[in-house]
This record gives sequence, C-alpha cells and structure tokens, in this order.
Amino acid sequence: MSRRSGTVSGSRRRDRSLSAGARRRRREWTGWLYLAPAMVFYGLFVLQPLGRSVQYSLYDWNGIGVARFVGMDNYIKIFDEPDRLTTLVHAFELMLFYTVLSVVLALAAATLTRRLSSGAAHAARTVLFLPQVVPLVGAAIAWSWLYSSDGVINETLRGVGLGQLARPWLGDFDTALPAVGFVGTWVMLGFCMLLLSTGMAKIDPALYDAARVDGAGPVAEFFAVTLPGVRRELTVCVTLTMIAALASFDVVYVMTSGGPGRATAVPGVEIYQLAFTQAKVGAASAMGVVLMVLVLAVILPIQRLMRER
Amino acid sequence: MSLPLMTGARRRVRRLALAGVGVTLVTSACSAPGPGTTTSSVPSGNVSTALPTEKTTVALYLESNFAGQMTPLTEAFTRKYPNITFSVKSDEFANLLQNAQKVMASPEAPDIVRYPQVAAAAKNGLLTNLDPYAKAYGWDTWPSTLLDQMTVNTKGVRGSGPLYGLGIGYGSTGVYYNKTLAKRIGMTQPPKTIDEFESLMAKAKKQGIQPIMQSGKDAGLAFPYQALQNQFGNTDELKKWLYNEPGATFDLPSSLKAAEVLRKWARAEYLPSDVNAIDYPTMMGRFAKGEGLFMFNGDWEASNLQKNTKGNTGFFLVPGTSASAPHYAMAAPSSFVIPKNAKHADVAAFFLNWVHTAPEARRLVVETTGSSPGGPSGLALPKAGSELQRQTLAGAQEVASENGAVDFVANATAGILAGALSPGLQELATGRMSPRDFVDSVQEAYESELGR
Repeated sequence: MSRRSGTVSGSRRRDRSLSAGARRRRREWTGWLYLAPAMVFYGLFVLQPLGRSVQYSLYDWNGIGVARFVGMDNYIKIFDEPDRLTTLVHAFELMLFYTVLSVVLALAAATLTRRLSSGAAHAARTVLFLPQVVPLVGAAIAWSWLYSSDGVINETLRGVGLGQLARPWLGDFDTALPAVGFVGTWVMLGFCMLLLSTGMAKIDPALYDAARVDGAGPVAEFFAVTLPGVRRELTVCVTLTMIAALASFDVVYVMTSGGPGRATAVPGVEIYQLAFTQAKVGAASAMGVVLMVLVLAVILPIQRLMRER
Repeated sequence: MSLPLMTGARRRVRRLALAGVGVTLVTSACSAPGPGTTTSSVPSGNVSTALPTEKTTVALYLESNFAGQMTPLTEAFTRKYPNITFSVKSDEFANLLQNAQKVMASPEAPDIVRYPQVAAAAKNGLLTNLDPYAKAYGWDTWPSTLLDQMTVNTKGVRGSGPLYGLGIGYGSTGVYYNKTLAKRIGMTQPPKTIDEFESLMAKAKKQGIQPIMQSGKDAGLAFPYQALQNQFGNTDELKKWLYNEPGATFDLPSSLKAAEVLRKWARAEYLPSDVNAIDYPTMMGRFAKGEGLFMFNGDWEASNLQKNTKGNTGFFLVPGTSASAPHYAMAAPSSFVIPKNAKHADVAAFFLNWVHTAPEARRLVVETTGSSPGGPSGLALPKAGSELQRQTLAGAQEVASENGAVDFVANATAGILAGALSPGLQELATGRMSPRDFVDSVQEAYESELGR
C-alpha cells in the first residue's frame, strides 16, 4: 500500500514536473508566436534589403542590364577616389553643427527654460521644437531663400552697415557647408531641448537643495546635478544627431546638391547620384554599406562611453 | 533611456538576427542581380505604316515642363485620326532620367518616351530599332547631322548603327542680348568674332552693366564653356568623345583654351559675382528684369523671352574666332524613343513621322518648342510667330547648313554633368581649379563612369 502510494505520488511528482517544463516550453513558443509577425517584417524589409545591398556592392551593375561580379572593387574605389573620401570628411564636419552646436545650445535652452514659469517655458519649447514639425524639404527651400544674394540675411547685414559681410552664402565655397550645417542645428536643437527638458524634470529637487546648501552657484549646480542627471538623454541626443549628420541628405540635396564644386558633397548625396544619375548601383551600395559601418563605428563607442558606470 | 543596442539579455535575438542576415546573404548571393544577358534588339522587319482601324490609346511618358507642348500635337493628331487617342504620364526632368529605363523595362512600357540618354537605353536593349521604320517612311533620306546623335552601335557608341530615336523639336543654342543695354554700350549689330564679343563685354563692365547672366548653380556655365570650346576647333574629336568612341578624350586643345577663356571672363567679372548661387529660373528672371547684357541659352526660351521682355531681347549665334569662320552651336534634338516593350510601336512611329512631315504638325512644333521641326530637307520651314523666334530659327538653320551642330557635352554620359562638369566649372569660375585640372578631371570622371 505504502509502496503503491509512493509510486503514485512519485509519478504524480514527475507529471507535475513534466507539465511545468511543457508549460514553460509552450510559454516560450507563445512568446515567439507574438514576435513572429514583427520578425517576418523585420527580415523582409530590413535584413533582406541590407543583405541585398551587401550583395549588390560586389557587382558592377547599372540596375537594368547584366551584372558583373567585381569583388571588393567598389570598396577599394571609395578609398581610392579622393572625391568620394571627401564626402565622408564633410559628414564629420556636419557633426559639429548637427551634434556639438545643437546639443550645447539645447542644454543651455533646457536649463534656462527650467527656471521660467510654466507658460513661458511652454511657449519657448514650442517655438524651438517647431522646426521638427516642418518637413525638411520645405525648410531647406525656405533657408535657400534666406541665404540667397538678396535674401533676408544679406539684406539685414546691409541694413545694419555690415554690407561687406553679405555674400551668396550657398554659392560661396567657404560658407556653403557651415550654412547647410546650421540648418541642421536649427532642426536638431528643438528635439534635443525637448528630450533634455524631460530629463531635467525628473531630477529630484532635493539634489538641487542639497547643492545649494553646499554653496553651489548656478554653474556648479549645472555641472554637479543637472548634467549627470540627464546623462541618458544626452546619450540619445548625441547618438541620433550623429546619425542625422552622417546620413544627411535632404537638406543638402535641396539647398546645394553638393555644390559649389564639391564643397557640400556628403555621402547621402553621393550615394543618390551614383545610384540614380550615374546608374552605378554597385558603387552606390558599397558607399551605403561603408556609411552604415561608419555610423556603427561612431555610435557604438559612444554607447559604451556614456553608459552608466 | 540608453538605446537597447548591446544589453545582454538580447544577445540571443541578436544572434538570430545575424543568422537572418547570413541566410539572406546566402540565398540572395545565389544569383547575380539583373537579367542573365541583355537581348540585343533585332528588328523584326515586319513593320506596318498603316494605322489600325480599331480604337487605340498611345501611352506617352514625357518631361513635365514640356508636356504641355505635346498637347496641341496630340489633339491635332486625334482630330485627324479619331480612333487614335493618347494617355500622358509625365515626370520632372531629373526624375524622368532616373525612372525612364525602369519604366521602359517593365512589361507595361509606354509607347513613346522622352529620353535623352539614347545610348544607355539602347545598350541595355530597351529600345525599338527604328531602322525598318526609317526605311519604310524614308527617314534615312533626311539630313543626317541631327539624326546621327540618336544612332547607337552594338558597343553603345553613338554616331553609327541603327536609329533609336527621333526629335520633336531640334533645339539649337546661341546668345540672347538685352536690346536696351546693347544700345547703351553702342552695339549696333551682333559681334562677328570672339574678340568683338569680348570688347563689348569690357565696355559693358566699364559702364556698370553686368556683361553675362548665367546660372552656375545648376550647370549653366556649361553653356558659355562649350560655346567657346566649339569655336576653338577639334569639334570632330569632341563628337567622338560625346559619342563614347573607344579612346576618345576630352583633353583637346579646344577644351583647354575654352577653360582658360572662361576663367579669364570670370576674373574680369564678366560673370555675376554670385554665379554659383544662381539657378536656371533665377537666371531667367534676372535677365528678363534687365540684369545682364548677354545670356547663353537655347531657342526653346525664345517665345518666353519675347513675352517677358516685351520684345526687348535679340539673338545671335556665338561668333567664331574669325568673321569668316563657320558657325558651331550646341544643338540636340529633344529625343523621343519607342521602348522595345511598347504595345503600339507601329502607331508610335506613324505619329513621329506625322510630327516631322505634316505641315500642321511642323507649324505646331515651331510654335510650341521654338525649335526647328527637322524632317525632310525639301519641306518648307513654317513661319515662326515672333521676331525673336524668327532669329533663333534662322540661326539654327544657318548652323545646320554649315554642318555645325554639336551635341551638349553634358550628354556624353549620364553622370558627367553632376559628377564632373558642374562642380568643375564652379571651381574654374572661382579660380579654385586650373584649366588643366578641369580638363583632366572631366576626362577622369568620363573614364571612370564608362569603366575604361
């Protein structure tokens, strides 16, 4: 009897453990099932095109005719032709405007609006965020007008007696890239400021009180409390603005198409021209792959660097 | 808030994703992109010069800026042949350039396409060989200088081989001038030599008049550049280069001299100081407003300028190095092709033939495009509307009779304009590139694009 009951209880225990494993397995299955639609789309619309691009980059192909396998030739050409290399240098120069300038200004704006009354702060944030809402192509056209020889900027300069500074900003070799870059600052500033303001709002006010008790002025307070408090938001800002700088296309294409000369040629415009005006799908894909690797090479260390220790 | 790029728990997903990339790579690497071979376009020989009796709709794919010019032609054709109607799709020029080959490759290809890169499309086997039609309709007896540009041999070289396109309007170029400003500097008749042209510009500059209005932002500097290049000789070699003949080079004495003269003009401030910031519409607007004595442009703007400057614009052909030198001008048909996949190729060819030969159609072409209608040399040229149009047409005829039509350097390859000519001329005009380097850079880009 006791033996029997022992067996029963033993088998029951085994049953329970089996069913628990099966349940866990089923739970895992259900998890994957929920994931499946997203994974299918991800594979189809992200991984598959990515794979295709890598494949195309190994061919000399005009998009229509017969493709010829050329191995790494397209990649070698990128680093061999100074013109294509220059575009990468310009992308890093744009980072000054897209990332450095806009993050610094956004930090200042967010810190200042934090001290404003909620109504004024709200108004300031709305004004600064507005460029994010405007389609970039429209903004680029408007900025082209502002920068033109008889545009608002030059007329203002002439009006206040600084006529000698007036110039065709987008047609001048020295000012074209900064002029285009500044539009990037104008666009990214609002986004960064909003993100940083949100970050600042969740900093515990007690920290500020403590800093003040320790005798910290506004500057020390900023570096001791505010800056560490928005570290995560800062990472996101820096990451996204860097990607925007490296992958910039629309603003440059609309405002200068890479000119004058090659003063504003960036990888995005170069890829577009290779693929669609020169019908070199392979070379364009190789440039795209290099750009992707470059973005990852810049972003991953930043992620590591700015992660909380 | 840190981006979920490298968090440990997602390593498995990442591994899966990497596997996915691998699988995609392996599966897609099995076959090369594109078709295995291009089928060369062998003419079937069975072409019909009769129109069908049933209702037929001919599909057109046009450049949106000029789609309106086609309407009077298609309407007149439908009035004459009521069972033939037209459906029109159009794209902005740059988009048309990008899309046309893909559109022509599709089984739903249109019947007539406005496409300037005839050689590239023919090489890809996308176009109907028009030789059988040329024989049937007698196009092969028309003056060959302009049709040559639309012949392509099996190696993709223009100037010989089967005919792949016809023009609706054969455009030609020269110099427009502002009559009021010309009078002010004492110009009573168009200059007969480049030296005279230069001394007129010097006079204008002295009187505070902008000598040339040109758009450097979108490659408008190619107009004065090639205008000079054509006059300095070597046009036969230049044509070889334009048609992509093996071994052809841009490194010609005429190319170098033209670059030197253009730089001299830029230094003398004959070009606007902000030339690289001026685009085509801005150039047209500023010239029409009276800013600029001269403008290098084509006959397609004649009716526009006549209207917008109230008859205050004149036209002359670019003068040569001596008064007796023959005239050369950039001239190119606005080329139309029949895709190989076209469903109504016979009707399309009939329409193109009608455009070149029917008196009403020729009149409409001159009226709407401002350019010569081409066609048989025996047919009379229709009377042009305005005085300016008469001048541009007479100029085009003079060039044709002196065999001086040269295709645009921008048409040498699909990417030469954006890739080398436009940036190079911008740098040349601002003294950042030497004439020697400019010529070399163009040839380098040409060879790289053609894989030579």
